[in-house]
Amino acid sequence: MDQERIRNFSIIAHIDHGKSTLADRILELTNTVTGRDMRAQVLDSMELERERGITIKAQAVRVTWKGNELNLIDTPGHVDFTYEVSRALQACEGAVLVVDAAQGIEAQTVANAYLAIENDLELLPVANKIDLPQADAEGAARELAGLIGDTPDHVLKVSAKTGDGVEAVLDAIVERIPPPLGDPQAPARALVFDSSYDQYRGVVAFVRVVDGQFRGRENVLAMAQGTRFETEEVGFFSPTMKAAETLGAGEVGYIVTGLKDVAKLRVGDTLTTQAQPASEPLPGYKDVKPMVFAALFPTDSDEYPQLRDALERLRLNDASLSYEPETSQALGFGFRCGFLGLLHMEIVRERLEREFDLDLLVTAPTVAYKVITPAGEVVEVHNPADMPPERERVDEPYVRASIVVPKDGVGQVMELCNDRRGRFDHMEYPSPERVLLIYELPLAEIVFDFYDQLKSRTSGYAGFDYDFAGFREGELVRLDVLVGGEPVDALSLVLHRDEAYSRGRALVDRLREEIPRQMFDVAVQAAIGSRIIARETIKAKRKDVLAKCYGGDITRKRKLLERQKAGKRRMKQVGAVEVPQEAFLAVLNLDDGKR
Amino acid sequence: MNGSVRHLYVHLPFCAHRCGYCDFATVVGREGWHGRYVDALLAELELERGRLASRVETVFLGGGTPTLTDGAELRRLLESLPSAREVTVEANPETVTSALARMLREAGVTRVSLGAQSFQPELLRTLERRASPDAVRSAFYHLRDVNFDNISLDLLHGIPGQSASALEADIDEALTLAPEHVSYYELEAKPGTRFAHAHGAELVRQAEAMEGYFDLVVERLTAAGYRWYETANFCRAAGDADERDLRAQHNLAYWLGRDYLGLGIGAVSTVGDERRRNTPRLKAYVTALARGEAPPRDVESLDELMREQERLMLGLRLDTGLPLADAGRSIDSAALGRVERLGLATLRAERDGQRTLVLTPRGRRLGGAVTVELLA
Repeated sequence: MDQERIRNFSIIAHIDHGKSTLADRILELTNTVTGRDMRAQVLDSMELERERGITIKAQAVRVTWKGNELNLIDTPGHVDFTYEVSRALQACEGAVLVVDAAQGIEAQTVANAYLAIENDLELLPVANKIDLPQADAEGAARELAGLIGDTPDHVLKVSAKTGDGVEAVLDAIVERIPPPLGDPQAPARALVFDSSYDQYRGVVAFVRVVDGQFRGRENVLAMAQGTRFETEEVGFFSPTMKAAETLGAGEVGYIVTGLKDVAKLRVGDTLTTQAQPASEPLPGYKDVKPMVFAALFPTDSDEYPQLRDALERLRLNDASLSYEPETSQALGFGFRCGFLGLLHMEIVRERLEREFDLDLLVTAPTVAYKVITPAGEVVEVHNPADMPPERERVDEPYVRASIVVPKDGVGQVMELCNDRRGRFDHMEYPSPERVLLIYELPLAEIVFDFYDQLKSRTSGYAGFDYDFAGFREGELVRLDVLVGGEPVDALSLVLHRDEAYSRGRALVDRLREEIPRQMFDVAVQAAIGSRIIARETIKAKRKDVLAKCYGGDITRKRKLLERQKAGKRRMKQVGAVEVPQEAFLAVLNLDDGKR
Repeated sequence: MNGSVRHLYVHLPFCAHRCGYCDFATVVGREGWHGRYVDALLAELELERGRLASRVETVFLGGGTPTLTDGAELRRLLESLPSAREVTVEANPETVTSALARMLREAGVTRVSLGAQSFQPELLRTLERRASPDAVRSAFYHLRDVNFDNISLDLLHGIPGQSASALEADIDEALTLAPEHVSYYELEAKPGTRFAHAHGAELVRQAEAMEGYFDLVVERLTAAGYRWYETANFCRAAGDADERDLRAQHNLAYWLGRDYLGLGIGAVSTVGDERRRNTPRLKAYVTALARGEAPPRDVESLDELMREQERLMLGLRLDTGLPLADAGRSIDSAALGRVERLGLATLRAERDGQRTLVLTPRGRRLGGAVTVELLA
């Protein structure tokens, strides 16, 4: 295809503003999908994605419009996948920025627009859902124009649902988005903007060819990771996989790599041919590191092998998920998992529970800390239990948060951010009704209930997005929980010194309620190092006898004791103390409740 | 041909009224059935006689309200049962007249277990007991008047609404009567009973306060010279009872794991590796035996481990402890170490080289939990 006739673009939008519906309409109008094949929201293939209204994995679909080849690159819809979004955007020359005309711009609209602008994309602003009675197309157009420095009459007004105005969007894509640059004669280079795992064909890479061309049965090198493989097939989606002779400069498609491990080919890497390798990779490769960690234990310890297999399966398609075995005295065998963010964690957890039918105990999420030891070493800590006792300094990750608030909720949100150790950066007024607050916040504070609090303080109207802003020193301590003098490893936490007392108190109180009385007194304590900051005693049972036992009821009493014995066997042992699984659940849910 | 069973239980189910907390097999009304029921009991005895040893040691008539049974029928029954060293009859105070006391004495009864439950009128009402506190006292003296020298008082603690001082008052009353034996049970509101329905919530509310009641009972009775020989049972110590062993010999047989034969509706027998329970239905029982057939029964077979578990469960209730050899494989030896370290039990070496597991006083208060801990 003539490079001049190729257009590569993404649709970016806040959740529920109509991105998928617009994509569906485009597929329909370009006859890529016939009515019979049309399934609502074709691009969101996973059940979970549809339910949550978000898209986890990017795909690219090729459509033809008036003799032009349009590649629609789908982007993940959430903040945890910012890096993946940025790579998908790097594969484009333009982006359709969709805003719900009844809602106006939201935090995610802002964050995505900035990301697109950073990638030098031509932005095509669209006010969607103009068919809704409460839609304010003109207002949305003004906000959009204000946001991206355009004029309101440039904003396209459409209804993706009815199809009204969608043809004009396709025309505008051809007219206003520039064709790809790139040298067809230069050594081949392609950006990997996503990958997927197929159990028969291995890793399938989604690529944007920048220079040269790629073909099947060709030896290829991934420049950042040094992975070498032979391409098995190249092609594109329209909307199903269609093999092609070549993928040329400016084109978007897939390469079947035959690799068996997604980790061997990371998003952002540059592919080149081994025969005539490029001298420089494409810019922007980052090794994305997980930022949020939590340990997952099967509720039934017999399910450990199933959990391991399930994580292996998920990992096949999700290179950003990391895990390593963890053994907890109290909770048995499990895995400490690393996630890109909270949503990523929730998705993994839900998939494990839903698709693999596992019952999980999840510890309080923690972030990655950088600990500087007295010897000057820097240790990255993903598990409170690994926090070195001797610390010169602890640095914690911060995020730069964009929060869009209705104008009468600003005070509430500022109060929340201040409570969460936030530092105010600045505020903007994208519309008369809404305020954009920019704060820097410790990631650890967001990991606990920040989003729920934000929603509850603004009756659900605030929007929130964030990007990592680096590590900063924090006054952080490790809080341990001891039962009968034994630390309960799975309940240790790293938190700010000022919060330690109240959290310790809450944990101790809750455990005292949840642990049944034993045959001896049990101390429940919260401690920072050797200093006890909260303590409760579970008094020993004074009496536990069967009232009477005679000839007629011996069988029943024996069975009663057998049932009690079976109940004891299900308890988790912390030292000499028997703790019901429910106690751990309650304490871990306390974190849920608090956040 | 004689068998080996030395302990005989006979169930007399008739009651004037079914108390809310009761979950025994009882029959209210049916006055016309007393004779037929006694016929059936004696027919069952004949069917089972081969299981009994030539000398039966104990006979226990329980209920129901055995003393509500028509006097002539009760007398006929007592006179037809094998004689034994200990013949106990359970009696409700309001049924005990001087004539009944005399009849029991003449019919060979050696021991009466008097279901007093409490001396507080409002608590007796809660329990739906018909006797007044005065009736309890007069029943006791009617029995003493005909020279019963082994009387047991059955009392309850943990009755809904029972205060600590009300419990103390009951203990005082009981000690004033100076019975040879006291059974002091914690009230169990068994799920499904009318009582649990009416008072369950109240009992949960009072649970913490009532936790000390068991201790109070043990302290007061032992201070008064009673031997705490089983978790819920006390008897005058041999020293002030002319060296008589006043423990309930029939019940002791259960706690020592001996075989026993039960006659009557709902009655349970354990002989060797078999435990069986007669039908609780009066008509089915009487009809079968009138035809000379055994009554319908549920049969449970007991394996060696079950019997050992029961020996553990029951043996630990006794102040004499449990010979380790009897509990066999039912004990987890690691748990035994833990329980000893917690000061809940000690192992006593006997002269013959055997070892006996004895709970400490604190261990006995936690006997249920200790048993569960020890179960392998």
